Amino acid sequence: MTLKLRDLTLLDDGFESGHGLCAGCSESVIVRQVLLALANEPVVALATGCLEVSSTRFPDTSWKVPLIHSAFENAATSASGIEAAYKALIRKGRMADRPMTFVVFGGDGATYDIGFQWLSGALERGHKFMYICLNNEGYMNTGIQRSGATMLGAWTTTTPAGDLVPGKPQWRKDMTGIVAAHGIPYVAQAAVHNWKDLMTKVRKAEAAEGPAFLNVFAPCDRGWRYEPEDTMAVSRLAVDAALWPLYEIVDGAYKLNGPRHKSKPITDYLSSQGRFRHLMRDREPGVIEDIQANVDREWNRLRVRCGLEPEVLEKTQV
Amino acid sequence: MVDTQERPASAGPATSTAIAVNGGEAVAYALKQIEPEVVAAYPITPQTLIIEKFAEYCADGLVRTEYINVESEHAALSACVGASAAGARAITATAGPGLALMFEMLGVASGMRLPIVMHLCTRALSAPLNILGDHSDAMAMRETGWVMLSGSSPQEAYDLALVAQTIAEHPDVMLPTANLVDGFMVTHAVERVDVLPDDVVREYVGEYEPETSLLAEGSTATYGALDFRDYYFEHRRQQEAALYRSRPIVEQALKRFGEISGRDYNILEPYRMEDAEVVLVLLGSAEGQAHAAVDAARATGLKAGALRVRLFRPFPTKAVAEALSGARVVGVLDRAIGFGSVDNPLLSDIKSTLWTQSNRPLTKGFVYGLGGRVVTLGQFNQAFDELRSALESGEVPLEPTYLGLREDGEVSE
Amino acid sequence: MTQPGAEPWGDVPAGGTVLFPGSTERNLTGSWRTKLPVIDFDACTDCMICWVMCPDSCFKTAEGKLLSVDLDHCKGCGICATECPVKCIEMVLEERD
Ligand code: SF4
Ligand code: SF4
Repeated sequence: MTLKLRDLTLLDDGFESGHGLCAGCSESVIVRQVLLALANEPVVALATGCLEVSSTRFPDTSWKVPLIHSAFENAATSASGIEAAYKALIRKGRMADRPMTFVVFGGDGATYDIGFQWLSGALERGHKFMYICLNNEGYMNTGIQRSGATMLGAWTTTTPAGDLVPGKPQWRKDMTGIVAAHGIPYVAQAAVHNWKDLMTKVRKAEAAEGPAFLNVFAPCDRGWRYEPEDTMAVSRLAVDAALWPLYEIVDGAYKLNGPRHKSKPITDYLSSQGRFRHLMRDREPGVIEDIQANVDREWNRLRVRCGLEPEVLEKTQV
Repeated sequence: MVDTQERPASAGPATSTAIAVNGGEAVAYALKQIEPEVVAAYPITPQTLIIEKFAEYCADGLVRTEYINVESEHAALSACVGASAAGARAITATAGPGLALMFEMLGVASGMRLPIVMHLCTRALSAPLNILGDHSDAMAMRETGWVMLSGSSPQEAYDLALVAQTIAEHPDVMLPTANLVDGFMVTHAVERVDVLPDDVVREYVGEYEPETSLLAEGSTATYGALDFRDYYFEHRRQQEAALYRSRPIVEQALKRFGEISGRDYNILEPYRMEDAEVVLVLLGSAEGQAHAAVDAARATGLKAGALRVRLFRPFPTKAVAEALSGARVVGVLDRAIGFGSVDNPLLSDIKSTLWTQSNRPLTKGFVYGLGGRVVTLGQFNQAFDELRSALESGEVPLEPTYLGLREDGEVSE
Repeated sequence: MTQPGAEPWGDVPAGGTVLFPGSTERNLTGSWRTKLPVIDFDACTDCMICWVMCPDSCFKTAEGKLLSVDLDHCKGCGICATECPVKCIEMVLEERD
């Protein structure tokens, strides 16, 4: 089926309103896009996090598809167990062989940090499942603490913008690259505002012969300190500034799916959010230059992997 | 490898086949006969005997199980949680530090009411690192909501592996169940084990047919939801009720097992208890030494007995009280230390059990066999000597006695 | 059936398993809102961007046409108004009693 919004409106997305996610949250938008794009019956495994506590508060659930949450770090392993059960039950003739897709949603904390080993193990074993990282660059559920996905210079409650240390001192982990190093058939980066790209990737992930991983940029208005209506705009800026390039790795081959050129300076992105305000206000040129240098290094490395020339980049105007 | 046999048409116990195996392989043999949909495990001494043997069964195509070689024990139980919620029979095995790493998931499995079975090859906890047997690990899980069975031999390890399955999955229970197989003393002891024919086992354990599951056609169940202050308390109370409900179900399961195997088990294993006035209570594999010590004490005229606890959780309070109703002095053997608690774990259970009884016997604690320290007849003879003094003087020191602990100038075995 | 939240402990579904799919619909999150989206249906092109971008599944459609906004659940985030390509959604301050 082609991806036409009007056709998609005829489907039930399997995720109901009345959940407790903040106004303007990107996570439910991503969840709905993922569920709409699937061809098979899904079973969902959730890591502990905003999505989980907001959508599965007993005796209610927002979900109309079967779902399990058991702990913070192990959603990929839940999927391992479900996939193994599925194979064995079919093999033993105890359930009909029908196509199903096992989908994991975990935040960046669950993916980059606490659940890293569980995810890596499941990828290495080659279970057929799809892991969606809802990447909002921090532990938002516990009150906006830094994670391995939080960007350099960002204010969080555990990396406050102090007189000595202006926000998070470290860059961020290249989780997409680390996952790709497992040699799984499908790895991609997507962003909430580009529904077509995201849903296309979900379909590719579902069709992959093995584990698939989608790192989805998921702005958080509450934690990033911007107005709720700007969720999509912030996501778009991250892509345009090459901070979050949209690309995929199919059987090891890199392909850029988003803009081929960086069209916005990083300062546009930084000034869109309160979590970077101290950098702009205090004119932390060193930090901003560091951010730009990291972005450029990753962007050009990615371009080369995609078979493109590195971009000659102008020095950031601060 | 044994040939499977046809079940005899006659009623009564099925014809067993005797094989010589260690306790680990005996459990693996039970797993082969149960043929669960999912086994997820991470190697740790002394559990490896189970999973290596089972991996061979998988590699040879003798079972249709999905065997997940997970990357940690936490993942082993996590995978079982997913598989069990998906409607599969899921089994894991671990020991000591592996159990410690699983800890978070122990409560998740029981709280989600998933009938996972674990074979716990009891082992000491670190630090210091020690790979040998004691009950520190089992004691650490005793309040996590699992049904816990404990055997004393490879035969019992095999038998309880089958029994555990039927308890866990009983619709009135639906709780994870652990089969405690003492590390090295049972896991590595090669003994004759009578195994039942495959079809008899299959009939006994049946299939796991949950009311709902993630994979059921049309399922929309949400497992593992968040409870706030409006529901958590109720769910915890339910879990407690289910655990206590399991007591008669354990008795039924053991009885039914006796009918097919001819091996009569109950939740307690008494030895010369009929007229016993001085009793040693224990858990697990030191039963041989305990029995020999009872015999030796009896030979000197002491009315001695031993009581082994087979169902450790839920603790069989009533049965224990009854069994000890004639005792005047009760010694309790703990193979773990309950740091900072009033008493060590098993003694604490026994004392609480006896508290409400009229004519309470005196109680005395013993600690033995930590970190694989060799358990000897001499140690248990010493225990009976102390209990005899208590009987005569009517007094017991509050401090436990450390059996086999090196004091000045002694050399341990 | 007893009201959710009033069941005696023995009647609560075991293990915390929820068997009522999509039941959060009974939570009327519309009460969170300070502004509400007002749509100029004459200008609307039925592109369905608002439908796919709304975090609270508020846009009701039929046969490819935009029908209404579910104000029982709309949290007033304003994403729809920002993202509508023809700018036919306006966020209006809501007056409540
Ligand atoms: S304001 Fe937000 S919640 Fe309300 S309809 Fe628009 S996008 Fe949905
Ligand atoms: S985004 Fe605007 S034009 Fe498109 S359907 Fe919604 S209201 Fe209509």
